[in-house]
Amino acid sequence: MSKLNYKDLGLSDEQVLDMYYYMLLARKLDERFWLLNRAGKIPFVISCQGQEAAQVGAAYALDKTTDFIAPYYRDLGVVLVFGQTPTEIMMSAFAKPGDPNSNGRQMPGHFGGKKYRTLTGSSPVTTQFPHAVGAALASKMRGENSVAFTSTGEGSSNQGDFHEACNFAAVHKLPVVFYIENNGYAISVPLDKQLGNHNTADRAIGYGFPGHSIDGNDVLEVYQYMKQATERARNGEGPTLIEARTYRLVPHSSDDDDRAYRSREEVDAAKKKDPLITFAEYLRNAGVLTAEREQELNDRVAREVNEGTDAAEKAPFFDPEDALTHVYEER
Amino acid sequence: MAIKSYIEAVTDALADEMERDESIFILGEDVGVRGGVFRATAGLIEKFGEQRVMDSPLSESAIVGVSIGAAMVGMRPVAEIQFADFIFPAYNQIVSEAARIRYRTKSDWNVPLTIRAPYGGGVHGALYHSQSIEALFHHVPGIKIVMPSTPYDVKGLLKASIRDNDPVLFLEHKRCYRLIKGEVPEGDYTIEIGKADVKREGEDVTVITYGLMVHYALEAAETLAKEGISTHILDLRTIKPIDKEAILEATRKTGKVLIVHEDSKFGGVGGEVAAIIAEEALFDLDAPIQRLCGPDVPAMPYSPPQEKFYMLNPTKIADAIRELAKF
Repeated sequence: MSKLNYKDLGLSDEQVLDMYYYMLLARKLDERFWLLNRAGKIPFVISCQGQEAAQVGAAYALDKTTDFIAPYYRDLGVVLVFGQTPTEIMMSAFAKPGDPNSNGRQMPGHFGGKKYRTLTGSSPVTTQFPHAVGAALASKMRGENSVAFTSTGEGSSNQGDFHEACNFAAVHKLPVVFYIENNGYAISVPLDKQLGNHNTADRAIGYGFPGHSIDGNDVLEVYQYMKQATERARNGEGPTLIEARTYRLVPHSSDDDDRAYRSREEVDAAKKKDPLITFAEYLRNAGVLTAEREQELNDRVAREVNEGTDAAEKAPFFDPEDALTHVYEER
Repeated sequence: MAIKSYIEAVTDALADEMERDESIFILGEDVGVRGGVFRATAGLIEKFGEQRVMDSPLSESAIVGVSIGAAMVGMRPVAEIQFADFIFPAYNQIVSEAARIRYRTKSDWNVPLTIRAPYGGGVHGALYHSQSIEALFHHVPGIKIVMPSTPYDVKGLLKASIRDNDPVLFLEHKRCYRLIKGEVPEGDYTIEIGKADVKREGEDVTVITYGLMVHYALEAAETLAKEGISTHILDLRTIKPIDKEAILEATRKTGKVLIVHEDSKFGGVGGEVAAIIAEEALFDLDAPIQRLCGPDVPAMPYSPPQEKFYMLNPTKIADAIRELAKF
């Protein structure tokens, strides 16, 4: 449980409850995806479960009216904070019109959407890092005060684009926050086979900007470090690299079986540190999450997930021939 | 009208466009103080400052990836890849990202990005400073590929590329840079991307080609004219989208088609041109379609006699036209 006092971070009671709401919403949407997948209603799930604190804490420190985000495929918590609605998320899961990410063209988790200042992402990992740097460069060139945020997993941080983006941003002191959600596994490959140095924040030293490895299960610690990083960026001091240490509580995707590469004991131990449980407990102890508020939040989230699911199930698909459109600009 | 070199037309188009639109900036290796290793961006940093003529780290995937990000949020970057041979570290960014961003968001996002790269041989550039790379991108929906042959076309097509709202790969033949000169109007004009151009009217044999080979074909046609063989030459100018109508029209003009490109033959652009003709104009042909291309070896060697052997030239093209005329 967090040792930080949220009031010291400038957060109000309503704001911490709001953070908890987004974490809970992300979790419940994700749980619904799995049910829908196992019921044969949606073809694919890629999960955020276990990483909600790392995601919501990070996004909450950004300004969704000015900043750009280039998140990775687990970042459901990030895009919810940036404005995507449960119904939109469900439209994406079902690949139907109303999906702001890709209009049903990409798998779920491939986030995007201009109205939510979310740069479109793809499946080849870490390609979004240079894009965020480009958005930051544009911001600097135009004298705007916006920050670009981009995230990825620890495995993906081994890609060349990670290095090229970090170095470029460092050279030009660009307003960008690089964020690694280190959940211990790149699908099945653990840290021992993925990284010579398990602390990916150390890489920042090589680029000449600060790096912090933090507890990604502590939404308040995440918020604190992210807030510092965004202030640094807005002050023209350049990029920051943050590694949020966390854990993926479920298989990589609906097509994965994690029993092949990690023990149930390990997963059970991680579940005791589940950020949803620990943050709820923190808020209860702080007297913010009263029984009444908790019931309200649970009801609201359940209603929103149900409404989103129903709307998406009922919605029509795009016409098959629609697949031929928007290859180039249509005039 | 002023006579300008091919590379001066590049510089002119860049300067004009940057003057017109402040969201345009150049990003590449040595493009700033040095003005580019070929001098294509000479004088631009003095005019527009180091923020708009930006020397990048030696990092091709970042040059393209950062440009994509900036383009998505409203800038119009012109990225330079110093030699087309070095574009492959950025291949994923071009193919998986730039080319797909419009499609994968149904036009919510788009990438108004021009990527300039000098390609082609005949400059003692050996395996990694001579390659023609167009075939490796030709298959990819979502990008446009422009390969002009004359200074006039360079200026008009580069301006059109920069103004295009989709990613354009603008390939400049480096042997043309100072070898090819021609009339270039002052001031503003654009040439529509996707339109081929008849560079010589003729009756006996049609040559369909692009880039430096246009000039070699024109030389060959001069020689053959003296022998009484009349050659029709179509310069594709843009290989993607390709001008199907112009290809069919040029085919019907003579009924005998020779496709010429410097790039190696197998899987090259010529195969697509031949397929278009075979599908839609087979019965207009009086002879089998012929392709004259670079050999199917990885790239041209440094050894001067071997480079010369690899490269096409006006004599080889004239021989091929003569053969076809006899058919």
